[in-house]
Amino acid sequence: MAVAGVDLVVGPGEIFGFLGPNGAGKTTTLRMLATLLPPSAGEARVAGWDLRAQPDRVRERIGYVGQQGGTDRGTTARSELSFQAQLYGLGARAAAARASELIAAFELSACADRPIETYSGGQRRRLDIALGLVHRPVLLFLDEPTTGLDPQSRAHMWDEVRGLRQAGTTVFLTTHYLDEADQLCDRIAIIDHGRIVSEGTPDELKGAVAGDVVTLGMRTGNGQRETALGVLRALPFYRDHDQLAQDDHRIRVYVDSGESAMPAILRALNDSNVVVDTVSLSRPTLDHVFLRQTGRSLREEVA
Amino acid sequence: MKAVHDTWIVFRRYFGRSLANPLYMGVSLVQPVLYLVLFAPILKSLATLPGFPDGGAYNVFVPGLVVQLGLFSVTSGGWGLIAELKAGIVERMRVTPVSRLALLLGRTLRDIAMLMVQAGLIVLFAVPFGLTLHAPGVLLAFVLVALIALLMASASYAAALAIRDENTFGAIVFSATLPLLLLSGVLLPMSLAPDWLRTVAELNPLTYAVDAQRALFANHVGDASVLKGYLVVGLLGLAAVLAAVRSFGRAVA
Repeated sequence: MAVAGVDLVVGPGEIFGFLGPNGAGKTTTLRMLATLLPPSAGEARVAGWDLRAQPDRVRERIGYVGQQGGTDRGTTARSELSFQAQLYGLGARAAAARASELIAAFELSACADRPIETYSGGQRRRLDIALGLVHRPVLLFLDEPTTGLDPQSRAHMWDEVRGLRQAGTTVFLTTHYLDEADQLCDRIAIIDHGRIVSEGTPDELKGAVAGDVVTLGMRTGNGQRETALGVLRALPFYRDHDQLAQDDHRIRVYVDSGESAMPAILRALNDSNVVVDTVSLSRPTLDHVFLRQTGRSLREEVA
Repeated sequence: MKAVHDTWIVFRRYFGRSLANPLYMGVSLVQPVLYLVLFAPILKSLATLPGFPDGGAYNVFVPGLVVQLGLFSVTSGGWGLIAELKAGIVERMRVTPVSRLALLLGRTLRDIAMLMVQAGLIVLFAVPFGLTLHAPGVLLAFVLVALIALLMASASYAAALAIRDENTFGAIVFSATLPLLLLSGVLLPMSLAPDWLRTVAELNPLTYAVDAQRALFANHVGDASVLKGYLVVGLLGLAAVLAAVRSFGRAVA
């Protein structure tokens, strides 16, 4: 079972992100909400309509862009857009006009009448999004919208998504990129093994991880780790530490006001003859949030 | 009727895609043309043998060729469906309120139209060789061509949805079409076959399609084989459509 139980509310006009490792159940949940997969139990109101009772009403008001997009590579953007508009019930002429509108809006004029197989990754992805918007949905689902894009196209895509919010569209996206969740989304839910483990604005989630993060690199054999942890626990500004793998040569502690804590930490460890090779200080990231909740690092899962 | 309107939209897209790819259509016509040019002349000398149906070599061979064309070109539709399912194209259409039935029937209609076009071209091509066309018979023959396409396309889609893998699908289609073809008397009339082979052929639904087509091209409209052919192809076609609709509905919920 890919999705065990998911409870969430997404407000109108927000960019909501589903963050989690591959196989966490992000896509499955998204496909259920987009009427593509029947849920075995539970209920949901999507864009104001009951998902299970009135899927067609939901379909009229939502757009969905899958991970692979789903365009026919042998045809053109213009014909795909106008066909999609006709599937939504537009007449041939209105569909052609809407296609031209979207081609202009998504900067596809240069390639719109060429076969899709000749498009760049960014052009193809913009077409995918345009296809999800032909009927002006109030809610757009985007499954991994920037996976596989180069940094420039990625930034471009973020701008597109922000533009959608500006126009009043609610965007519900999935991602396994920490920075995408952090910088693009108004609110996120962290999902793991089909369950939501944390939900809030990126700042709220990071704020819930107490203090700053100090990562110490050292030789952890011969009881060094235990000695070090004992020393750290005794410090007044110590808050918590992460349980890393046994063969990980690092200790990660959460402390209050890291800048002033760091010299004190190094002094205390030095006094106890613990040799520290490297040290770094960082503000908590969503990866720390994920690690706190699941005991695993999202960065490692993705890599 | 939303389903009818949607079917028309879907049909137009797929038919347009097929016409926009003349190479595909040309390639699928190469084989029947080769048969017509390189094989049919041999039949001319056989046409005088006792047991050879009347109507002349080409009026016996071309109807079979049309059925063969249907068997080879229409059954490949399942391939396209598997590829589109995998590429997320069907899913992209499914997220719209389009009638689910239309997504299947629009394609099937395209297959029917394509086979009609191809069969029309082959028939026209065969006229200079000596095929003769008789008005009511040839019209009824083309209606039967449409039914044959409906049967083959639906069977192909039902199989594709059950198999979901291009390679397996290809192997199955290939191993199913050849015996069906040999046992239908497409190449040589079954009236020349030994008794046991004729008995086996009677179990093959295509035999009835071929027999009916031959009678129609000979303009024997009232022949019993015509009604039999229509019944066999029509009933199996209906069953295949229902099977395809059912598995499509299940596959795309």
